[in-house]
Amino acid sequence: MNAVTPFADALPLAGNAPPPPPRSGAAIRFEALSKRFAAKAGAAEVTALDAVTLDVAPGSITGIIGRSGAGKSTLLRTINGLDRPTDGRVLVDGIDVGLLDPAGLRALRREIGMIFQHFALLSSRTVFGNIALPLELAGTPRAEIARRVDELIDLVGLADKRGRYPAELSGGQKQRVGIARALATRPRVLLSDEATSALDPETTQSILALLKHINALTGVTVVLITHEMYVIKEICDSVAVIEAGRIIETGDVYDVFARPRSETTRSFVASVTGAALPEAFAARLTPQPKGALQTVLRIVFTGDNATAPVISRLSRSLDVDITVIAGQVDAIGGRPFGNLTVAVPARQDVVQAVVALVNSYGLQAEVLGHVA
Amino acid sequence: MSPEIIRLLIEALGQTLYMVAAAGLIGTALGLPLGVFLATSGRGELFQAVTLNRALGLVVNATRSTPFIILVVAIIPFTRLVAGTSIGTTAAIVPLTVAATPFIARIIEAAIREVDPGLIEASRAMGATPLQIVRKVLLPETLPAIVLGLTLTAVSLIGYSAMVGAVGGGGLGDLGIRFGYQRFMPEVMAAVVIVLIALVQAVQSLGDRIARRVNKRLRSA
Repeated sequence: MNAVTPFADALPLAGNAPPPPPRSGAAIRFEALSKRFAAKAGAAEVTALDAVTLDVAPGSITGIIGRSGAGKSTLLRTINGLDRPTDGRVLVDGIDVGLLDPAGLRALRREIGMIFQHFALLSSRTVFGNIALPLELAGTPRAEIARRVDELIDLVGLADKRGRYPAELSGGQKQRVGIARALATRPRVLLSDEATSALDPETTQSILALLKHINALTGVTVVLITHEMYVIKEICDSVAVIEAGRIIETGDVYDVFARPRSETTRSFVASVTGAALPEAFAARLTPQPKGALQTVLRIVFTGDNATAPVISRLSRSLDVDITVIAGQVDAIGGRPFGNLTVAVPARQDVVQAVVALVNSYGLQAEVLGHVA
Repeated sequence: MSPEIIRLLIEALGQTLYMVAAAGLIGTALGLPLGVFLATSGRGELFQAVTLNRALGLVVNATRSTPFIILVVAIIPFTRLVAGTSIGTTAAIVPLTVAATPFIARIIEAAIREVDPGLIEASRAMGATPLQIVRKVLLPETLPAIVLGLTLTAVSLIGYSAMVGAVGGGGLGDLGIRFGYQRFMPEVMAAVVIVLIALVQAVQSLGDRIARRVNKRLRSA
């Protein structure tokens, strides 16, 4: 349904702009992008983004996760020029957003839909009217607007709410209107600014499913920012972790879940994979093996051996008692993924043997600490 | 009350309605764009023009801080320039409009400043021009507040119109002063007050009803 328009050629550039760079393979490319907010009275200059380099593959669902204030929102907003970079550049389909004049920027924005945490619907317009707005702004003929809006209302499942006002809708329904509105001009990119953060878990689930469905149906490239790893796990293909304005980790979602490299990523991953320890237990962990009775290990089950009977093998072949502390088996991107935290006797030979055996399955084991 | 007094009362009511309606309409035509500009021309806003914003803000404040009766006489040369005369009902529309315009502008400005900045940002993200944002987002979203503000303006103008007797403007207030007070006719004063109360009530309930009708925020699901 999404006719591909050669919009890169249709966009007017600022008069004195250099010729557009050759198209990169990425739908969106950040090149050493920095954003600093000028110092204000009583506040020092703030570096929101620090030399961010990142590629977003066309047709992918890419998640950017970070805690509040990490700069993810600013990063998202540079894609449609709501924020202008201080240094570096953002390329959308090879077009440098920073070089566009106001008219060029508006044309680009019609190719980029955006949805918001608090929906940003017009209270004075009905469901139909809200979805029609971007088409009205683009000067689309009335008959075509009606046809397109009805199509979108069906797509997001709000056929019975066509003439309702936002005040009469639930949060999930409002976000469906937001999504339909964002898709009205058949954008090539859909930006999601914490779109599910104001919703309850069940509604979050249905909105994420809708986004995934739309991505599969139209091939629209989705870039979403969130502070919830759950969102990443549910629908993203690739993920970038941002902290203090820097991308600290990127990659395929499954890989990042399987092998988180930084502490921040680890804690994000732990929040949804069952790798997080019960708090009372975590408090008893010490890094010192001296005098400890048990050593705590985390085993990550990934790939073909995610379902291997590791624990029973460990117990039998090493003749040790294994206590299960926490665990969860899940699917990420349709592939099995498990996380198990166990305690074994605190003897170096035992621990080494456990690690070796786990590794022999192609799985990973990691010592978290020791308990007395 | 004699038929003569009733005739005067009806005539005065007509003059008041004429002055208030004319000043209200012209004041809205001038105050609406002024208010939109005041609300959108600050630093970092849609039509950033900080100096002009400050200058217009000063003019608006100056006009609003001048007592109306002083304004009426102070701008007599301007009134003569615009209306050709400085005396009479039509001439009185000039000072009333001069008073109403900044009043309306401030009301519109306050209403627009209440609009969620997220909505303006969403419109920008959709590729809206600043004028489209005003026309398609800011004004429709603030319509209930604007209707109530214009109602308030109309009520204030009814009050102000009582003072334009000073320049021969006529109207209900003038009738009350000249007959009820200066000629010691308390029944005329009472009649004028009753008509004014009824008029204000009618204007206010009409405004409330329209505002309720255009307000889509408070509907229950």
